[in-house]
Amino acid sequence: MRALSWAYLAVAYAFVFLPVVVLVAFSFQDGRLPVPPFQGFTLDWYGRVLGERDLMEALVNSALVAAVSSLIALILGFLAAHALARVRLPGSVLMRGVLIAPMTVSYLIIALGLLTLFNQAGVRLSLWTAGVGHVVINLPLCFAITYAAMGDQQRNAERAARDLGAPEWKVLALVSAPMLAAPLAAAFFLSVTFSWDEFIIAFLLTRFDVTLPVEIWSMLRSGISPATNAVGSLVFLVSVTLVILLEVFVFRRAK
Amino acid sequence: MGWGLVAPALLWTAAFFVLPFAAMVALSFAHMEGREVVRGFDPGNYIRIFTDWTMLKALINSLEITVVVTVVSVVLAYPLAAIIAFRVPARWQRLALLLAVLPFWTSYVVRSYAWLLVLGQNGVVNKALLSLGLITEPLEIAATRTATVIGFVHFFVMLLTLTIYANLIQLSPNYARAAADLGAGRWQTFRHVILPLTLPGVVTGAFLTFVLCIGDYITPQILGGNAELTLPQLIMLQLGRSGNFPLASALSVVLMAVVTLAYFASSRWLRLDRV
Repeated sequence: MRALSWAYLAVAYAFVFLPVVVLVAFSFQDGRLPVPPFQGFTLDWYGRVLGERDLMEALVNSALVAAVSSLIALILGFLAAHALARVRLPGSVLMRGVLIAPMTVSYLIIALGLLTLFNQAGVRLSLWTAGVGHVVINLPLCFAITYAAMGDQQRNAERAARDLGAPEWKVLALVSAPMLAAPLAAAFFLSVTFSWDEFIIAFLLTRFDVTLPVEIWSMLRSGISPATNAVGSLVFLVSVTLVILLEVFVFRRAK
Repeated sequence: MGWGLVAPALLWTAAFFVLPFAAMVALSFAHMEGREVVRGFDPGNYIRIFTDWTMLKALINSLEITVVVTVVSVVLAYPLAAIIAFRVPARWQRLALLLAVLPFWTSYVVRSYAWLLVLGQNGVVNKALLSLGLITEPLEIAATRTATVIGFVHFFVMLLTLTIYANLIQLSPNYARAAADLGAGRWQTFRHVILPLTLPGVVTGAFLTFVLCIGDYITPQILGGNAELTLPQLIMLQLGRSGNFPLASALSVVLMAVVTLAYFASSRWLRLDRV
């Protein structure tokens, strides 16, 4: 039974890592196709990819959209969570439901709905319209994470601050937010990774300036190439670095 | 005071989620004349979806793929999460979990592409099997439903391992101890104690899998090819080639209805606010 467990674990890890290993390995392929046989080691594809202007612009666009949309989602989510966790409002169950609802809807539907709306309102598609969509998908996440993290401890500290005469915005900025630093950071980084990697909303709601996943998508149209492997490996490296930083600085400290 | 804080989030959700959805539903009752959208209350799009075999087939394909992917992913992820939670020593658990879901952080588009490299005609799997002499002709996995399912299962096994692990680790060991004291064997303990206690977590994860899988365009488009279409592929075709927004909207409403049905089917166990 014990041996079977370890065998299962090994097979599971092999399955989970197989595509990543193949992706990274063939980004160093000294040849035109990222499939066996391996023809030798080269860093050419990385050089070529880093020198590609469209890709680098898309990368900057993605980072920008991810940072701005996550910040907006975090602020809106935090304020709403604070209100619904603290004050008894009529219909708060319904409001929680409405705020969580986008989580249960496919991104494609959210994208198509926004596309319909923007078309009818005559709004031109840009990075901003994609950013609006990303706030929609990340707001429920930020709300749920901060809502779950609010406890009695914060409530007492906030009450103390209010008794000492702090206005509400000071209570929020100087007491509630710092006490929730870890969940707020977690919500923000999760939103950033989701937005950074999101394809269908960015694909349908941008036009001339595009984000990285959309740019990678258009690379795929011209067939398989070690250049795509190189881009994919770089994106993986960035995401994993973010995850490790989050793990070390946010979750470790939270314990 | 509370209203002022909750209002921005509610307004945002109303303006960019509820309103667009309403606009889409309204558009689904319009129809095309040439390249012009003619508004009205015309159920023609819906009638077409359920009578035109290509459309109905796409819906059936999507449902079949999604159900298979959800079941297979849960069945594979549960033991993985359990092994990490109960077999791996406590100090290594966090690392074991982090490793098990590390490829989660590759770009979604790139992950499907990587599976294409693995499963393709000249891919790693075929080359390995050929050189081992297990097969004489390369297997045709890429551009089939099997490839789509493999790509999906890979992603959702990671997602479900996370959610199921989070559930297992919260269980007090006293439950299992009590069952053992009462003479339950390992299987009985699992079947009658552990599994029912983790069911809400499993169902929540399975529901998320269902929603994300049935609405995904990338994986079937890259791995499944165009031999058979899923619902999202059909929607994207309507948007792109024919510019038929009303039909695309109607298809999306159908997709949404399927997800809503899945929600009600599983709502007894769902804990969406505790993901």
